[in-house]
Amino acid sequence: MSARATPGVAGAALRSLYPIVIGFTLAYLMQTVVAVSIDDYYSKVLIDIGIAIVLGVSLGIVNGYAGQFSLGHAGFMAIGGYTAAAIVYYGSIKLFGTKAIYGGSLGPGELLLCAGCVAGGALAAVAGWLVGQPSLRLRGDYLAIVTLGFGEIIRVLIKQTDDVVLSEKKVAAASWWSLMDNLGGGFGFIGGPRYIDAKNPFWVWLFVVVVCLVAYRLKYSNRGRQLLAVRENEIAAEAMGIKTTKAKVSAFMTSAFFAGIGGGLYAHELGNSMRPADLGFQKSIDIVIIVVLGGMGSISGAVIAAIAVTLLPELFRSFAEYRMIAYALALIIVMLLRPQGLLGLQELWEVEWRAVGRSIVTAPARLVRWVVTAPTRARAALKAAADRRQEDRS
Amino acid sequence: MTKFVQLLLQTLTLGSLYALIALGYTLVYGILRFINFAHSDVVTFGAWIAFAIAGALGWASTGSPVFAMPVVMVLAMAASAALGFTIERLAYRPLRKALRLNVLITAIGVSLLLQNAGQLQALFGKDPVKMPRLLSEAPLFKLAGVQVPWVDVVLVVLTIALVIALQWLVFRTKLGQAMRAVSWSEQTAALMGVPVDKVVSITFMIGSALAAAGGVLYGLKYRQLNQTADALWMLLGLKAFVAAVVGGIGNVRGAVLGAVLIAFIEVFGAGYVSSKMPDLFVFGVLIVMLLFRPAGLLGTPTVEKV
Repeated sequence: MSARATPGVAGAALRSLYPIVIGFTLAYLMQTVVAVSIDDYYSKVLIDIGIAIVLGVSLGIVNGYAGQFSLGHAGFMAIGGYTAAAIVYYGSIKLFGTKAIYGGSLGPGELLLCAGCVAGGALAAVAGWLVGQPSLRLRGDYLAIVTLGFGEIIRVLIKQTDDVVLSEKKVAAASWWSLMDNLGGGFGFIGGPRYIDAKNPFWVWLFVVVVCLVAYRLKYSNRGRQLLAVRENEIAAEAMGIKTTKAKVSAFMTSAFFAGIGGGLYAHELGNSMRPADLGFQKSIDIVIIVVLGGMGSISGAVIAAIAVTLLPELFRSFAEYRMIAYALALIIVMLLRPQGLLGLQELWEVEWRAVGRSIVTAPARLVRWVVTAPTRARAALKAAADRRQEDRS
Repeated sequence: MTKFVQLLLQTLTLGSLYALIALGYTLVYGILRFINFAHSDVVTFGAWIAFAIAGALGWASTGSPVFAMPVVMVLAMAASAALGFTIERLAYRPLRKALRLNVLITAIGVSLLLQNAGQLQALFGKDPVKMPRLLSEAPLFKLAGVQVPWVDVVLVVLTIALVIALQWLVFRTKLGQAMRAVSWSEQTAALMGVPVDKVVSITFMIGSALAAAGGVLYGLKYRQLNQTADALWMLLGLKAFVAAVVGGIGNVRGAVLGAVLIAFIEVFGAGYVSSKMPDLFVFGVLIVMLLFRPAGLLGTPTVEKV
């Protein structure tokens, strides 16, 4: 049991309010202070960063904590995005009689956006449960393939939907059920409202805070530690009485839920141009890169990586052609030199900065020593190889 | 009847392509127990290298000599073998003892690197090209009203020859014995004097050469070569991988059986059920297979121990 005294009910209630207070404050500040005072372009980049954070942190739950490698995050994103887009667009017409009601971060249109995102997340979580049932009984690399296949299946299915997004008049006549098929097909969901733009980042930041807090609390909770145990050694975890399949499926669902929300936000940031082609394998890989670079199991790491991965291409426009090559090299090099990712399981404030500083300060000296001793080592290696060959021959 | 024979022919050609690619997956998995994600990119590179070689040798136009195709094929296979060797040496060997997840991520990194490097103007560029017609598409013979072109016959015959050669290599030679020993237990094999690193390198080279053969034949059959990062290549590799899993990954005969089965499901599913989504059938088969017989058709189930 923890050394701390159990807090009273009042204290617990207050503390459970923290996240809500923090979330609303941050989102409100972003909306009323930051978005107004900076250029639209920077505000847009900030929104991209926020969505990347939601996606990265959510993938971190399944990839980092539970150690289950999913390559289908874009599939969950697509489910959430299309659900949210359909609910917001068709729902708005059905409920309010118009395509969109802009204005106010808590106006009816934006509340519908929130509802759409949550519903999209819920549907993505159901999909996560469905995929998780068979595949989480499998080992890591099979899981990667199945999730990859799942993402492709989702994409193909969305592509098969009717490629006409109905106009306002037709929607009124159509039933809810028949609208499910009118998702824009391969052309994309054309005509969806653009609730999230440079001046309206409120919901993005609210969900950023929500996903970060959920991931943080999960990490240090009983369930989170179960997941970490599964990640470190599944058989040992099972021997300790952890229901590994259940733990993995729940992690998968949580992750899928937030991926769905991220997809909903993504859909409404793009407005009318969400296409299934953009939500393919490449998108999943982009998110995997965030998690792997930031550190598998680190929330702050994922946040930093999301910022870096979004900002770098913006800073170096001419670099676009080499962007993916640089990411690929970064992936390989990080795996070779620091397999747990930059921050590993640690959070930013848990890192022993003094040790990091010391290693940075001594780095040049170590480099010099490495270079100076390189010939000696090479000679030793060659000699060892020659000896081995000699032994083989004798 | 005509339709049936036509679909059967398609199954054979597609199955041959899948088999060549699936063998690479299965060889590497059998020996190192990891999915070589970059394998489908080696296929892509094989096809593009063949295109480049054919261009360099001046056989891009029609009227190329009869020996053009074997020459291009062998050169492309050799180049791809070198590529496979390099990948294994630089990216995978340092991680031989690392966690499986790390190797998988590295493999994805290599795959991304190949895909995007291939798109550079200095290498293959971003525009799709047409593979030169090194094999005649004229019909060789007629079967039940279906004209069977040269290219299909060569494709199937060549695949069968390569599969038999591989079978011979794995089960009848010293090298094959070493490969099977490493696959059984790397440590024990090393203790018995098997040069593990060398065997792994050679396995990668064989797998990559077969992949290149698959890529070249794909190019000769379908002629259209998309840019290296195109989803089409990935899908080709993915289906071949599914074939390897369905047949029982790590099992050479299983890969061939799975490839034919997957091609059959894809072609006949598209022909008789729904032409819109053949990929769905393939992935459906994968999921059903993993649910009920995760070791695949010919694989032996393994129990993971502590």
